[in-house]
Amino acid sequence: MSEKYTQMYKELGMDIEKHNELLNALMQIYPEFFLKQDNRPKEMEYFDYVMSEIHGKRIEEILKKKKQGKPLVGTFCIFVPEEIVVGADGACYGLCGGADFSIPDAERDLPRNICPLIKSAYGFKVQRTCPYTQSSDFIYGETSCEAKKKTWELLNELHPTHVMHIPQMKREKEKELWKSEVYDFKKHIEKVIDRELTFEELKKGIEIINKKREAMQRLDRLRGMYPDVVPISGKDGLLINQISFYDDPERFTKKVHELCDELEERIKDKKSVVSKETPRIMVIGTPMAPPNWKLHHIVETTGGVIINEEACIGHRYYKDNIDVENAKTIDDLMDRMLERYMKIDCACFTPNDERIEKIIQMYKERKADGIIYYSLSFCHTYNVESKKVIDRLQAENIPVLKIESDYSMEDVGQIKTRVEAFLESVSFRKQANSFKGI
Amino acid sequence: MYYGVDVGSTYTKIVGLDKKKEIVDLKVFDTTINPDETIRDYLKGKKVQMLVATGYGRHMINEAFGAPVISEIKAHAKGAYYFFNDVKTVIDLGGQDSKVIKVVEDGNFDNFRMNDKCAAGTGKFIEIAAGRLQIPLEEFGEFCKKADKKVQISSMCAVFAESEVISLIAKKEKPENIGYGIIESIANRLAAMAKSLRPEEKIVFTGGGAKNILLKELLEEKLQKKIFIPKHPQMMGAFGAALSGLELA
Repeated sequence: MSEKYTQMYKELGMDIEKHNELLNALMQIYPEFFLKQDNRPKEMEYFDYVMSEIHGKRIEEILKKKKQGKPLVGTFCIFVPEEIVVGADGACYGLCGGADFSIPDAERDLPRNICPLIKSAYGFKVQRTCPYTQSSDFIYGETSCEAKKKTWELLNELHPTHVMHIPQMKREKEKELWKSEVYDFKKHIEKVIDRELTFEELKKGIEIINKKREAMQRLDRLRGMYPDVVPISGKDGLLINQISFYDDPERFTKKVHELCDELEERIKDKKSVVSKETPRIMVIGTPMAPPNWKLHHIVETTGGVIINEEACIGHRYYKDNIDVENAKTIDDLMDRMLERYMKIDCACFTPNDERIEKIIQMYKERKADGIIYYSLSFCHTYNVESKKVIDRLQAENIPVLKIESDYSMEDVGQIKTRVEAFLESVSFRKQANSFKGI
Repeated sequence: MYYGVDVGSTYTKIVGLDKKKEIVDLKVFDTTINPDETIRDYLKGKKVQMLVATGYGRHMINEAFGAPVISEIKAHAKGAYYFFNDVKTVIDLGGQDSKVIKVVEDGNFDNFRMNDKCAAGTGKFIEIAAGRLQIPLEEFGEFCKKADKKVQISSMCAVFAESEVISLIAKKEKPENIGYGIIESIANRLAAMAKSLRPEEKIVFTGGGAKNILLKELLEEKLQKKIFIPKHPQMMGAFGAALSGLELA
């Protein structure tokens, strides 16, 4: 696809040669990881297509918006209220940050021992190889961890970067702080479009994203709530969760529903992508930005299947909607929005016990067979929180395996050994559970 | 005969058992670039009723011979149970990883911990240090027991620990003291990993690392528990694999 878009990339100031290298690497692993899977739903075609045009057609689309004076905002966190950007008819998207490819260039400026997501994202800017970063009017960073907030200071020297102050506790005074941050954000977006957002516009932005989240909730239920049938692989499920941060929200919603219709048929026909004995695994913890498909690929080529991601790229992103019923003023809408955002159970909060209860409930509802706690290397918040979470899970007699890893391939062998042993013990338990007696 | 093969990062171990679970064949090779060829050559002409593979190269053996595979965790639990049927905890120190396994009845495992990637706290770490200090690996434990001073090795990374060793050598520190510091740093890591699983007795120590007497003693001291070492500690994975094949018969 690259040649077709060379002119566009040039205008975005990208390093075209390096970007080609990146796309070639991606196009080599994508067929191997995704297209070779057995028994894929037919409606995955759309998502394969989006992936093939993720640095092409989609960029053309958002640049069209830019020409019309609409805001383009790049983000790294589900705390940035996209409803406001969408209400202004702009585009709000996640920035590249899931590849090892850009990390050596980031380490020119950043320490080695910080999380790979931050390094990768920063590296993409240094390399000028992410067309989303390049086309954005500005980046909105946040203060969800130490490494991020200090990196934004450096990133700001390369690209306009603003920082939202995300509180780390959820008392009234912190909610007030968050409220003023969201109002400031709205003002900033209004400055780009040079007028104030109307009630109708803001409401429409919220409704578009609500519908998108509803579609993703539906997909989540179909993936996990039917213990006898897994209608779609975990890799494909993860891919859709990843694409939700790039694609046009309304088209995406429609396509997810079309896929869900097919999955419903599959469930009716008991058409599963794996055999009935396959352990169904929930993954909890830190987000997996594309092309980080490492853990899912290991699990699903080792005899397990993943039915859910309790992560920011996943369930944490779509679990709550904004209630707009009876909202009469812009302030009403803003209040409802704030309420919803304060339900995000990110490990940056202390305490964050609601997350633990939620995980146990999710596990029970889905009758899952085990949990993998996934933490990116050096993600201190999720990594430390794992102790509390895992202790509780073990007290509930839930099998859990913790994996800490980055984007490199050097530990794939070790992780495979661990996952294999974990699945072995989970399978044994699953067989024992289905023992009917003599 | 029922064969088990454990293709580890450093050595390839082969065990043959007869129907009565008696040992009839034991062999260790260096892991080369073609372990499947090594195994084929060794087993040629022997009566192999079943071959089960474990270790990092297990899938290669599966591809070459269609041999079923089991994870190293399961293999070590089974192997240790073969030698001690009252085992509750296995501590294994291999060339590339270290693990602690909780064993339940019948040699199955219930929970486990493994080191993260990199050679910190693995057998490789001991091998590199012994090489630097020019002491044969088999004698390294006894040799380090002669230490008369505690030297702290603070690095957890094998590569950086090597530079730490070099700077200690440059300071004319006695090799046995440096060696003691290395072994102690590994014992600390292993003990911490074991404690996170709340180890119960009987504890069995396996893997090439169990051949180091000082390491065994330091582990006992740190865990305040007696530790048992099976005959052929290095072969536990291969034993476990062979036993799994025998169970199917």
